[in-house]
Amino acid sequence: MTMLNEGQQVDLLMNMGPQHPSTHGVFRMLLRVDGEVVVDAEPHIGYLHRGSEKLAEGEQYHQVVTLFDRMDYISNFNNEWIFCRAVEKLMGAEVPERAEYIRVILGELNRVASHLLFLGTFGLDAGAMTPVMFAFRGRERIQALFEGVSGARMMHNYVHVGGVKEDVPKNFKEMMADLLKEIRADVEECDRLLSFNEVFVARSKDIGAIDLETAIDFGWTGPCLRACGMEYDVRRAEPYSIYDRFEFDVPVGRDGDCWDRYFVRVLEMYESLRIIEQALEGMPAGEVNSVGGRLLRPPKGDVYVRAENPRGEIGVYLVSDGTDKPYRVKVRPPSFCNLSALRLLVQDSYIADAVVILGSLDIVLGEVDR
Amino acid sequence: MNLLDILLLIIALLILFTALSVVVISMIWIERKFLGRLQRRLGPTRTGPFGLIQPIADAIKLVLKEDLIPSWADRAIFWVAPLLVLIPSFMIWVTIPATKDLVLHNLDLGLFVIVALLVVSILGLLLAGWGSANKYGALGGLRSAAQLVSYEVPLVMVVVSVAILAESLDLRVIAASQVPMGVAEDVLNEVGEAGKSFNHIGVPLILIFPLGMVLFLIAGLAEVGRIPFDIYFAESEIVGGPFVEYSGAHFSVFFLAEYINTFLVGALAALFFLGGWYGPFLPEWMWFLIKTYAVVVVIFWIRGTFPRLRVDQLMAFGWKAMIPLSFVGVVICAVYRFYDWPAWTMTVMSLAVLGVVGYWLYRRFTQPVQRLAKLYGRQPGRVGNVS
Repeated sequence: MTMLNEGQQVDLLMNMGPQHPSTHGVFRMLLRVDGEVVVDAEPHIGYLHRGSEKLAEGEQYHQVVTLFDRMDYISNFNNEWIFCRAVEKLMGAEVPERAEYIRVILGELNRVASHLLFLGTFGLDAGAMTPVMFAFRGRERIQALFEGVSGARMMHNYVHVGGVKEDVPKNFKEMMADLLKEIRADVEECDRLLSFNEVFVARSKDIGAIDLETAIDFGWTGPCLRACGMEYDVRRAEPYSIYDRFEFDVPVGRDGDCWDRYFVRVLEMYESLRIIEQALEGMPAGEVNSVGGRLLRPPKGDVYVRAENPRGEIGVYLVSDGTDKPYRVKVRPPSFCNLSALRLLVQDSYIADAVVILGSLDIVLGEVDR
Repeated sequence: MNLLDILLLIIALLILFTALSVVVISMIWIERKFLGRLQRRLGPTRTGPFGLIQPIADAIKLVLKEDLIPSWADRAIFWVAPLLVLIPSFMIWVTIPATKDLVLHNLDLGLFVIVALLVVSILGLLLAGWGSANKYGALGGLRSAAQLVSYEVPLVMVVVSVAILAESLDLRVIAASQVPMGVAEDVLNEVGEAGKSFNHIGVPLILIFPLGMVLFLIAGLAEVGRIPFDIYFAESEIVGGPFVEYSGAHFSVFFLAEYINTFLVGALAALFFLGGWYGPFLPEWMWFLIKTYAVVVVIFWIRGTFPRLRVDQLMAFGWKAMIPLSFVGVVICAVYRFYDWPAWTMTVMSLAVLGVVGYWLYRRFTQPVQRLAKLYGRQPGRVGNVS
């Protein structure tokens, strides 16, 4: 223990996390605080490292899907989807129309569910306790539908290479019609309660602002980047699956602060609902899986695919050596890149702001640590 | 004082303690049910009819839990801090009249005692934060000191205004002076015969001094640390602040004190501004409870609606808005009493100040919101032209 000389000052080192209610999982931040002001912050990650990428090398292709479920555990369908697309691209497999529509509907629903979770927890970070209840109710409704379709609330393992596991239930359209009405009401209710609340705006506007160049330098994607004013969305920039058939807007923010990052996500939920409505109308009948069978042996080669996850652009680099197991799977997780700017963002802010800033990045530690 | 008196005193204190415990239990139940309904949940339903036994189950759980003391904690301070918070908040109730007779010991200078005892709990919170040898706790303790001292000033100024208006520091007189001539003759006569002064206002003070009610409620919220002023135990930031290391019975003592204080704010608002226990038809104690619980429910309602302020915003609001306003309130009251104007002039002055400052504050606080709403073509609180 070092003794201090008279008049010498030191900053207080505060350990925030990994057991802290608002670090969203097992994230640890070492804050150097001067009174209430954060002088410096040192992020520590790795508490949820499970070696998913290495594990994937020992699993057969259809089994890797389950590992992807557990990476971004808030948006399972999107993660299953991106891996299956990588394998399909490698194999040159066609995906039946109906399966594409099902994937889009479930993927976008998952986006709404993920953003609802964000909305609720962001409200909690700012100290509002009611939005989380409203948001979770909406999310539970979506997950009840997921359970009806795939048999599981999370970790669905429903998207398979070449399509989906099985067709959706017979009453899917009616279920969706009911759900959409409820979800829209839920989203609007959360929006009405929180978005333009005076205290909430005072807590999140002009907090943790970042300019576009810096954001791009950090590799930001998704809602966080769009909040800085750039209209970049993989669904629009490089339409995959059948996204070129739908009409939707890409909401952008202006100042790149916490409130913009929040509001872009709120607007995105409305856009996702628009896409789902269009997809439900255009959904054709037919087969849902073109590959069939579990033992897949894609030809030798490598492939990189990317997609717009709720948290940003996810990329999967897949190398195959011609066997039934991937040679290498590399994931570019959006949360990880977005989180990398945290130190810059929280410097010279208040402790209370640090919590809000971390919340506004909407990280999922399962994806950051993999 | 002979033995019998002491025995009676102990029994009376025990009765008061029991009554306050029952009140706290009822408040916990009301809060859980009310917040639940606000959030479209049911609240507790499983324990007893309408979940009525839930607070008792909570209490049993808390008391039976292991009472952990961190090895680095300053044990003496750690032990004494919860009591320093509970005892003052309990002692205040000795002087609070629920009706003109239902009071343990009415004091002529009751307001003084209340204001003096309110400050002591700051010490308890500070010691709790320091004694638990936890950085979150220390930070929370310092935050509580800053917050409570800042909001003590407007609270005291409002109390002073009320004292000026009623010309008395006796809580019974303050309540009795707010009802029409003839209703509270007994109390006022008693005081008059004792040769003490009082001013008979005749209407509940909220009608002539709404400014004071607003200030009192806001300062009271900050004093008991409820959302949006729960800065010093902000759960998502400093994880409970001074309470972070407390568990079991020790924590339940803090919990008890917090709810007693919340009830105190409701009771004082009822006594100062809502005409105390006076009201038609129902018995007096029932009116007192109705008025107090109404204020308490408003406090719960605010809790369910607002996010938390940041510490600098809280201090800025306290020093830039609350304290000047409370001084203006004192000046208005003094002018009104000095020139002995009719009561409606007081209402006009109070409303004018409240309106002007309120509008200015409203503009200041909603300006960013309005700007944003305009930017996105929305109306605050509505879902506008979004497809």
